[in-house]
Amino acid sequence: MDDASKTKQTALHSLHIELGAKMVPFAGYDMPVQYPAGIMKEHLHTREAAGLFDVSHMGQVVISGDGAAKAIESLIPGDIQALEPGQMRYSFLTNEAGGILDDLIVTQREDDLFVVVNADCKEQDIKILTDGLAGMAIVTELDDRALVALQGPKAADILKKFNPEVASMPFMTFRELDILGVPCFITRSGYTGEDGFEISIPNEKAVEVSQALLADSGVEPIGLGARDSLRLEAGLCLYGHDLTDKTTPVSGGLLWAISKRRREEGGFPGADVILEQIANKPDVKRVGIVPEGRAPAREHTEIADMDGNIVGEVTSGGFSPSLQQPIAMGYVPLALSAVGTEIQLVVRGKFKSAKVVKMPFVEQKYYRG
Amino acid sequence: MSIKFTKDHEWVLIEGNIATVGISDYAQEQLGDVVFVEVPDVGSDLSKGDELAVVESVKAASEVYAPVSGEVIEVNSELEDEPSKVNEDAFGEGWFAKIKLADPDEVAEYLDADAYKTYIEGLS
Repeated sequence: MDDASKTKQTALHSLHIELGAKMVPFAGYDMPVQYPAGIMKEHLHTREAAGLFDVSHMGQVVISGDGAAKAIESLIPGDIQALEPGQMRYSFLTNEAGGILDDLIVTQREDDLFVVVNADCKEQDIKILTDGLAGMAIVTELDDRALVALQGPKAADILKKFNPEVASMPFMTFRELDILGVPCFITRSGYTGEDGFEISIPNEKAVEVSQALLADSGVEPIGLGARDSLRLEAGLCLYGHDLTDKTTPVSGGLLWAISKRRREEGGFPGADVILEQIANKPDVKRVGIVPEGRAPAREHTEIADMDGNIVGEVTSGGFSPSLQQPIAMGYVPLALSAVGTEIQLVVRGKFKSAKVVKMPFVEQKYYRG
Repeated sequence: MSIKFTKDHEWVLIEGNIATVGISDYAQEQLGDVVFVEVPDVGSDLSKGDELAVVESVKAASEVYAPVSGEVIEVNSELEDEPSKVNEDAFGEGWFAKIKLADPDEVAEYLDADAYKTYIEGLS
């Protein structure tokens, strides 16, 4: 392999190997898909106690400049100007057709914005932000920091042993706090539906902090496999699958992330398309699906109406360890999107009964303070 | 009675003209937690290489191909409710199907236990 095609490693790579992880290439990184416990146990442990995830492959970006919050609103429909320092918001980069180029989290810090983007979209996003904000703000990638997530009902009790300040942080807030004397960026957020934190740590201290967290009897290391089944149960979208440049925030069911002011003012890429869809409804909508029986319906499984016409496709699907049944999400025409609608899934050539259900599949347990 | 292994990590237990088929311990370990198994219908006639079963783990679906040709005379319907038997007892209660051998010579090419052990050691 030459250098250009070489798989990258996160600062925690050696720790994964030491923990016996099964490593797979993901978004250009050599990442742990599971540890010896396996996806099922890792998943259930996160729901019952706490799991530690390495998400250092994701992009951490700082946007600085006096008008950064206003400027970034020209690229995303999120209401960033409404954020007080320490608050954060889920948003997405859109294109002129109203499609989603990536989803991201924007935090308003005291003097700048801290943005976390998907690993697969990192280069694209940094280019869009750099070009789009040229002359208004400076975009800097923090490639010297690792990112770990501590998720689960015991996450707060465990992390507060390292710094009691974290206990009072509400969901979707940010603080710079020390863990073992290491200055960390801590957000109360995550991708599992559980209470929990994401912790940005200087690379050279990442192993030390992670090992200290793992030393707690409530914490187990969790791989990408369980990360995917956890976020699916929580009804959370995976970019490149449930959201793409062909899906709009309206059909994706993400209108909650576009405030009244942004709807009134527009001024983001694809605003005309998105605002028109808000007014007149989109053609298709993302829905939760429960297949009958035990057979999972995977991504790209065709969705049919009760007459057998193919009307859509599953975008994420698998087996829910918490519910011990298959679950999925996908896009269906608006007429079939109501909760309770009976549909069919074409699994290995056979039509199987399924039902549109409310998401999340498993209750979200965020700490609202 | 003899047990043979394919390079696709199936085991074939030959008793008279009946072959019992399952997947190896190595295979179940690679797949991870099995959550669903679709076995063939009893009476179906399979040619070697046809799809015999589908094994789904939390993460992915994998096909299991018939290592021998013949009629499916019995399937392990217990797997419907307890697919995890494939993980817990791959060589025993995790069996998939019994096939009446159409051509007993088909198993000649497969590996014996020692050769299979050497084969999987070479994979890691």
